Amino acid sequence: MNQINNEKPAAFCRLTPEAVNSSSLIGVFVAALKREWQLQVRRKGDLINPLVFFALVVVLFPLGVSPTAEILAPVAPGVLWVAALLAVLMSLDALFRPDLQDGSLEQLLVCGYSVAPLSLAKVLVHWLLSCVPLVLLAPLLGIMLYLPWQAQGVLMLSLLLGSLALSLVGAIGAALTTGLGKSGVLMTLLVLPFYMPVLIFGTGAMQAAINGHTALAHLALLAALALVALALSPWAIAAALRIAVSGE
Amino acid sequence: MRDERLLFDDLSFHLHAGELLQLEGPNGAGKTSLLRLLAGLLPFSEGELFWQGQNINTCRDNFYQSMLFIGHLAGIKAELSPLENLHWFAALEGIKDEALLDKALSQVGLAGYEDQPCHQLSAGQKRRVALARLTITQRSVWLLDEPFTALDKTAVASVENLLIKHSQAGGAVILTSHHALEELPGLKKLTLGEVT
Repeated sequence: MNQINNEKPAAFCRLTPEAVNSSSLIGVFVAALKREWQLQVRRKGDLINPLVFFALVVVLFPLGVSPTAEILAPVAPGVLWVAALLAVLMSLDALFRPDLQDGSLEQLLVCGYSVAPLSLAKVLVHWLLSCVPLVLLAPLLGIMLYLPWQAQGVLMLSLLLGSLALSLVGAIGAALTTGLGKSGVLMTLLVLPFYMPVLIFGTGAMQAAINGHTALAHLALLAALALVALALSPWAIAAALRIAVSGE
Repeated sequence: MRDERLLFDDLSFHLHAGELLQLEGPNGAGKTSLLRLLAGLLPFSEGELFWQGQNINTCRDNFYQSMLFIGHLAGIKAELSPLENLHWFAALEGIKDEALLDKALSQVGLAGYEDQPCHQLSAGQKRRVALARLTITQRSVWLLDEPFTALDKTAVASVENLLIKHSQAGGAVILTSHHALEELPGLKKLTLGEVT
């Protein structure tokens, strides 16, 4: 013992913190949000990719079809929504994989807190950083497709609600396929059926706005889908992550 | 059982407060699997695990709140700095003492690296970030998978010393390691992969 101590003057000693609050779930949730924000802001490529994809599809579409308003205006809601949906899907693929590879996922499972709220923090930050910029970009691309002005607000609102539902549902697929290495195709197959209602109500809201009707019903349904996903998907994500880690 | 292979059967042990247990065995003997199993990361096909006399299934949250698991991959985020990484682990335990985190990093030899992203650090330095956790944690049971990997000699001695202090303070440690840990008082060994 003494010999060990003499060999190294700079032994690690145990530090006793002055302030140990019994850590609450809310405190840990806030810390998780902050950590995810710091992490995802630094992965600039992952943030820009879906935006570039979204913009490219919408920019290239008129070149391939026709640049005239008579042709573009009727298909604008569909093109915008499909492009946005695929961009969200693409951005989700690598949501949990880095965590699995560096051991953070294990730490999340053994940290002593419910996994569901902590994985929700991750998805929420992802939505804020990947999907909200998409929503902000959408009106500009809408103008390029001759989307009528009265539909612009509905476009943004429907994408905002829809992308939240898409992110939450997609995260379940991402969590399930985390352990599989390259899993883009499988995840798409798993998740796409659940994306259909969101796509239908999203484009439905815009069609209603274009035709001069109220889009409220469609938007309310989108909001309902988002809320259901918000309530249920964290538990599914947590269960899926547990499976992914035990398969390691 | 792991992937249809029987890793161990007829395995039974107790770990009391103040004890150090080293899991030994050749590569592939199931040291890491046993550790992950104890941490609840692998389901076990047969057998029971008790924590403070209670079946683990009835007190899993309680167990997790007292347990610190550092796996082969330590969960250090390459994009974050050592300080930011440590912040998260401190937040999990409700430690809000900034000066303490600085002190923890400087004593594991990372003074001056606090704000560099971890992907610029060496493997040993990343390992030290994980070990800084050990110096601040208030949790009593440590499960450590190869804690000495990539560390230099003095750091290994420092960690050994830390383990001794932890066990003397009433904590318990289970670790896998190929290092000879002869000098540690109170060390028990469990050798896996032996034909019995």
